[in-house]
Amino acid sequence: MPAPIRLRELIRTIRTARTQAEEREMIQKECAAIRSSFREEDNTYRCRNVAKLLYMHMLGYPAHFGQLECLKLIASQKFTDKRIGYLGAMLLLDERQDVHLLMTNCIKNDLNHSTQYVQGLSLCTLGCMGSSEMCRDLAGEVEKLLKTSNSYLRKKAALCAVHVIRKVPELMEMFLPATKNLLSEKNHGVLHTSVVLLTEMCERSPDMLSHFRKLVPQLVRILKNLIMSGYSPEHDVSGISDPFLQVRILRLLRILGKGDDDSSEAMNDILAQVATNTETSKNVGNAILYETVLTIMDIKSESGLRVLAINILGRFLLNNDKNIRYVALTSLLKTVQTDHNAVQRHRSTIVDCLKDLDVSIKRRAMELSFALVNGNNIRGMMKELLYFLDSCDPDFKADCASGIFLAAEKYAPSKRWHIDTIMRVLTTAGSYVRDDSVPNLIQLITNSVEMHAYTVQRLYKALLDDISQQPLVQVASWCIGEYGDLLVSGQCEEEEPIQVSEDEVLDVLEGLLVSNLSTPVTRAYSLTAIMKLSTRFSSVNRIKKVVSIYGSSIDVELQQRAVEYNALFKKYDHMRPALLERMPIMEKTASNGPTDIVQTNGETDSTILDTKHLPNITQPASQANDLLDLLGGNDVVPVIQTTVPTKPASAGGELLDLLGDLSLTGGPTPTPAPSVPMSQPSFLLDGLTSQPLFNDIAAVIPPMTAYNKNGLKIEFTFERSNPNPNIAVITIHATNSSEADMTEFVFQAAVPKTFQLQLLSPSSNVVPALNQGSVTQVIRVLNPQKQQLRMRIKLTYTHKGSPVQDLAEVNNFPPQSWQ
Amino acid sequence: MQFMLLFSRQGKLRLQKWYVPLSDKEKKKITRELVQTVLARKPKMCSFLEWRDLKIVYKRYASLYFCCAIEDQDNELITLEIIHRYVELLDKYFGSVCELDIIFNFEKAYFILDEFLLGGEAQETSKKNVLKAIEQADLLQENLDFQIRLLPGVLSPNISSESTGLFQS
Repeated sequence: MPAPIRLRELIRTIRTARTQAEEREMIQKECAAIRSSFREEDNTYRCRNVAKLLYMHMLGYPAHFGQLECLKLIASQKFTDKRIGYLGAMLLLDERQDVHLLMTNCIKNDLNHSTQYVQGLSLCTLGCMGSSEMCRDLAGEVEKLLKTSNSYLRKKAALCAVHVIRKVPELMEMFLPATKNLLSEKNHGVLHTSVVLLTEMCERSPDMLSHFRKLVPQLVRILKNLIMSGYSPEHDVSGISDPFLQVRILRLLRILGKGDDDSSEAMNDILAQVATNTETSKNVGNAILYETVLTIMDIKSESGLRVLAINILGRFLLNNDKNIRYVALTSLLKTVQTDHNAVQRHRSTIVDCLKDLDVSIKRRAMELSFALVNGNNIRGMMKELLYFLDSCDPDFKADCASGIFLAAEKYAPSKRWHIDTIMRVLTTAGSYVRDDSVPNLIQLITNSVEMHAYTVQRLYKALLDDISQQPLVQVASWCIGEYGDLLVSGQCEEEEPIQVSEDEVLDVLEGLLVSNLSTPVTRAYSLTAIMKLSTRFSSVNRIKKVVSIYGSSIDVELQQRAVEYNALFKKYDHMRPALLERMPIMEKTASNGPTDIVQTNGETDSTILDTKHLPNITQPASQANDLLDLLGGNDVVPVIQTTVPTKPASAGGELLDLLGDLSLTGGPTPTPAPSVPMSQPSFLLDGLTSQPLFNDIAAVIPPMTAYNKNGLKIEFTFERSNPNPNIAVITIHATNSSEADMTEFVFQAAVPKTFQLQLLSPSSNVVPALNQGSVTQVIRVLNPQKQQLRMRIKLTYTHKGSPVQDLAEVNNFPPQSWQ
Repeated sequence: MQFMLLFSRQGKLRLQKWYVPLSDKEKKKITRELVQTVLARKPKMCSFLEWRDLKIVYKRYASLYFCCAIEDQDNELITLEIIHRYVELLDKYFGSVCELDIIFNFEKAYFILDEFLLGGEAQETSKKNVLKAIEQADLLQENLDFQIRLLPGVLSPNISSESTGLFQS
């Protein structure tokens, strides 16, 4: 059999192929030749054949039949064979393959090989892709090599140890003794990898962290030497000595200094030195400065240092290099919560970044801008943000619109401004507005009583222009339905009232019903609006006609509505005026997100003590029962959710159904504790009838942290409910320190059998990122036997697109909470 | 670092180094999507982008894109330096490296990468040391004498020290 063609020859040949088919043919031919060569157990050319196979694998062709051959190469005594064999293993033999474990023995032997390059190969392979079993088997060997004096091997062993720890965290202890002298090395490679190893250990174990804190002075010294030493050709990058090592040390210092006063103080000077002395003309210097800033912000640094750090970021923002600007915006976003004022100083630069060409920079700038909005700069900022909304990419529009709504709700200087802003958003980015903002906006509009005429007029005019943007159309039709009488009577005070007749209004609404642009939901809105106008307008006959036409609509929802409205006209005409009355002011319930302030209330502050809040609670309690019956045997909730918005008592269940598109208790009602079903409704009213829900503001019981993982932190605060000392009222506060929001957040709790648990509605189901807000929920625990309180909690949420679920036990309740 | 990809402007993969275990299918999918995303970027855009839950750092050198996926806590700017260092190493080794060198000598490109990074982290920060190690390993490959000595059971300490003596500068 002729010798198999050489690798380079093959590559050259394949590259001459002019079509995909031609290439495939060549590959298939060569694969066949390779396969037969493998079958013949040809030792001489195995290496060459595997190399060719790896090339074809990179082109995307299957190469699994070469797996065993790689193993044979690894076991060979020729260095060439081993080199290719290990390369093949790293490419083809990852831990998901069945034959992966067969490598273990070979690697073990090679770890003890006489030639350091062979040892190096095996360390590299193990450290890149060793499975947990393999790591367990070979950890001892790695640990041995970590103690060798050969720096070539020592540095590789350190990184290999990092991999072992990542795969099998329990083995971390094993490497502890070997770390003793790692930092006294002169060799930069070993130093660098040692710092990586120490970082990994400190990140994973608080014990290790406290243990290694004593290394801070040594690390500071090493860093200082790097900066102060003269030119060292071996490690120099654009005038800076070993930037890789510097960055790594800074990162380790960050972890060691976080939350620890002494360590933070020990590193203050060196951080200031690095921050001021590093060359900023090239990317290298900026990389070090960036890491320094991150460290300064995370540890307990003195304020002067923090200001220095923010100023560095400010300078970054003005840098020509967009990478630097991007990094600056990211860091500012992280620090805006803690150092808000310092970041505010750079607001104008940040707003300018909204106009940058780069998508990532724009997004960052947008997020940061929202974080910087406050009562003082709202008008100016909103102008910029609205301009941005106009011109930005569609991917941004939804987030931007939501952000604008939130900011407007929090800081609106006047109701008129608020409505105008909403109008502007709806008209420019109407189709990107989130679905849940429609009910929120409707609620907002309802509550701005004096603006009704103005609002409906503006919305009507907007409708005349454009009926394609569904959220706008929905809000507009709802308003016209409610306030159509104000519209035709021309009562607007804020601007020039327009002259419009009842017929014109009905024309517009009917137009929505027939238009192709309207979604079924929109049609439902307009039909209901038309119906409502029957009590506000005089052209009732026209309305009757429209309604009866839709009694035979194909759309089931429309048909049902039309039939029911028809029934209203025919058999229940006496009820019609009452049913279609103007909507009352809706209480802005706590269930609508973090913005608890504004519109509705001077009431919110006083609800805590205010006994007159009570009747509102008891009423929905009985209504809630009706609701449960209505929705017939709902598998949800034996535990009654108390925060139901007050609808007019006359409405009755049917109306709630009809007008049901307004889901005002934002988010799905969470499922309650699986422990005890609420068999006695009296329990609900128990603590309520005689006393307000939250009694002593003076919480004698100290708060506690129940859960803190992956950025999600849940704190419990306690109050005791006086009428019944066996009831502990716990409020949970969930905050999220990670960079992405946690959505669809559901908190569930279970208690031992001797307790009874009641979960009230949460404030919302989104825990905003970077501690920008919190979700609160009230739990009431009945503990008649005065037993030690224990709780098991289950958390489910969506984070960065993937669902997360976690169970935890809470055992650290302060004794006063159950005694 | 989770993985590093090298690909041409036409989207052809020239090198792939994965530091996380993924199935072949997933790797192909990620490669395909990421290549598309990066190639769609305009020249003036910044070198960083968020993709799925990873940070992607990429840089173009002549006709080749060097693309790394790093984790949240990693420093993007220093990753750019890592990429640059790798290119410098290739350049020194091949002498004015171009894409063709990497195509025809892909296994060498891997060897160099494996002397520079291990498990996604830099193992050696000195250019000189990385190149020296590669040089000596290459010599080892060529030296037939040496290969004869690597017989099983013959692992006397003498050979060890001789070997290190020979190859240590």
